[in-house]
Amino acid sequence: MLLISCPNCGPRDETEFHYGGQAHVAYPENPAELTDREWAEYLFYRDNTKGAFAERWLHSTGCRQWFNMLRDTLTYDIQAIYPMGQLRPATGPTAPTITSPVSPEGSSK
Amino acid sequence: MADTAALENSKKIQTLRKSPASGLWAAFEAGSVAGTVELREVPFLTMAGIRVDPDGDAGERLGKRTGGLPTASGEVRSSGDTAALWLGPAEFLLVAPAESHESLGGELPRTLTDALGDAEGQVVDLSANRTTLELSGPRARDVLEKGCALDLHPRVFTAGTALSTEIGGIPAILWKTAEETYRIFPRASFAEFLGRWLLDAMREFASTEVP
Repeated sequence: MLLISCPNCGPRDETEFHYGGQAHVAYPENPAELTDREWAEYLFYRDNTKGAFAERWLHSTGCRQWFNMLRDTLTYDIQAIYPMGQLRPATGPTAPTITSPVSPEGSSK
Repeated sequence: MADTAALENSKKIQTLRKSPASGLWAAFEAGSVAGTVELREVPFLTMAGIRVDPDGDAGERLGKRTGGLPTASGEVRSSGDTAALWLGPAEFLLVAPAESHESLGGELPRTLTDALGDAEGQVVDLSANRTTLELSGPRARDVLEKGCALDLHPRVFTAGTALSTEIGGIPAILWKTAEETYRIFPRASFAEFLGRWLLDAMREFASTEVP
């Protein structure tokens, strides 16, 4: 369970929140001029980052406010929480690289 | 001007209504352990949802009843038996006794609607949205801690604090009204579930403690 620090309410359980997908996906300035492919890319194509990833979250069971979060998709480390509309802060320290691959649970059996 | 005939009629209708957890009242009484942990429903409290910029003029007018609107998470502003709970930066819940509702001759939420006037925001009568379960006693905190991840230690969660959170896996507002008394506001459709959940969590305190 992630413990997410809502900017309004403080640290709460992850189950109180809803995930809102990648942050900072700007609405196209002239949607009518886009080709079908460009429109589809705006609608459905998202980054699949390994490492720091900016995403939107909603504190649905608490203050019902949206906010942005910079989270490491590998370690789940929450690097920054910042309000909607603000630019993405500089990426924090990169995820520690795992040198020796961890063997999956039960693989030795 | 209040229409007396309409009011009398409305009062008559009120006697027929049933609160969301009324079917559990007998179970609440049977499941309560006097002096340890007690559960009851406080039916039909008047509630009004307020959405307004608290720093604006309208926010000031709407806050007059409770000595201003709360400004931060957890804060409750109250005066007499009316309280305003913080739900969001621009969202509040006004809780008042059942008699304050205009259908029983009170003045809510009419006075709030008038106070808002043409300003940006909204006042909605939410009296039927949630019901109120009151859990009290020295073991009330232990019961809540079985299904609420908040830090309920009195050092952190002080009397006069209300937080919107999850209890027993369902969304509810938890308001600590006194040192050992909690008011829980589940939505009406969750009232029976939460009532039974609390009864189940209270069961262990009915038996004698095993040394």
